[in-house]
Amino acid sequence: MQAECVECGAVIEVPEDVMQGEILPCADCGVELEVIALEPLALDLAPLEMEDWGE
Amino acid sequence: MRIGILCSRVRVEEKLLFAAFESLGAAPVRIDERALAAPVGRLVPEVDVLLERSVSTTAGLVAAQIYEAAGVRVTNSAATASVCADKVRTSLALAAADVPQPETIVALGEEAALDAIEYLGYPAVLKPAVGSWGRLLARVNDRDAAEALLEHKSVLGGPGHQVFYVQEYIRKPSRDIRAFVIGDETICAIYRSAPHWVTNTARGGQASNCPVTPEIADLCRRAALAVSGGAGGVLAIDLLEDPARGLLVCEVNHTMEFRNSIDTTGVDIPGRIARYVLESVGVVA
Repeated sequence: MQAECVECGAVIEVPEDVMQGEILPCADCGVELEVIALEPLALDLAPLEMEDWGE
Repeated sequence: MRIGILCSRVRVEEKLLFAAFESLGAAPVRIDERALAAPVGRLVPEVDVLLERSVSTTAGLVAAQIYEAAGVRVTNSAATASVCADKVRTSLALAAADVPQPETIVALGEEAALDAIEYLGYPAVLKPAVGSWGRLLARVNDRDAAEALLEHKSVLGGPGHQVFYVQEYIRKPSRDIRAFVIGDETICAIYRSAPHWVTNTARGGQASNCPVTPEIADLCRRAALAVSGGAGGVLAIDLLEDPARGLLVCEVNHTMEFRNSIDTTGVDIPGRIARYVLESVGVVA
């Protein structure tokens, strides 16, 4: 499965077991993309890291 | 039994957790905290048990409280998460349980913080009370640096940065230890090695297996029980090797990442987490 990077237009390889909310990095421009819908598959820029993010 | 995993951002860890639950015959639903709008006191939860895995400490803690109030069993509990999320509370809990940790001073003013740093000596370590992934850690090498850092935090930081969490610098080998606790059992550990004094894997630290010695197991168990009011949980304990005093507990994480530790240790960490969550509600896995 393939999708298009919303930032740079590069082709993104999407795993068959992709989940909504999964983060896919774009190998071309380096942004992180979030899977916001599965049917049809849709990607958007993932939220930027915030100060309280972590483990 | 309805099982949920609270997460907005599905990282490698969350994918592994979903798969682990499914391999045990469970079918967890994903609850995205960004979509949560809970009527206070009237939330009808869609799950009976919830594994809290939010990448946002704040959102995860709020959601845990909301779901617990609605009768959902949450792992880790909101009480445990609230202690782990705040280094001041973590240090207080560890101290109350006589768990060894680096000497720590909490100051609430710039001058008091400078006095604390001078007391501990250089280098000292300045950390935000709430934070992760090694962000905003500072090794303060001299008084000039201390004054500059404290002024910057005072002027540019929000209220949270007016809590000055100051620790002695531990002259550890070029590594620390991360140990994984499920319940009160230390199931595995890794060394995190780096030439930089910050050894978080998020900052480039390299993982290698660390055998769980009886000393590590005992110390981590005590730390886990200290931050959880004796309940235990799903926790990652960071240890520093002090040349004179031995192992010290540096911090405890309540939504730990583990992608670099499964192959390294040979332990099925997501499987152990899933089994623990299911067993916590009496589901025989």
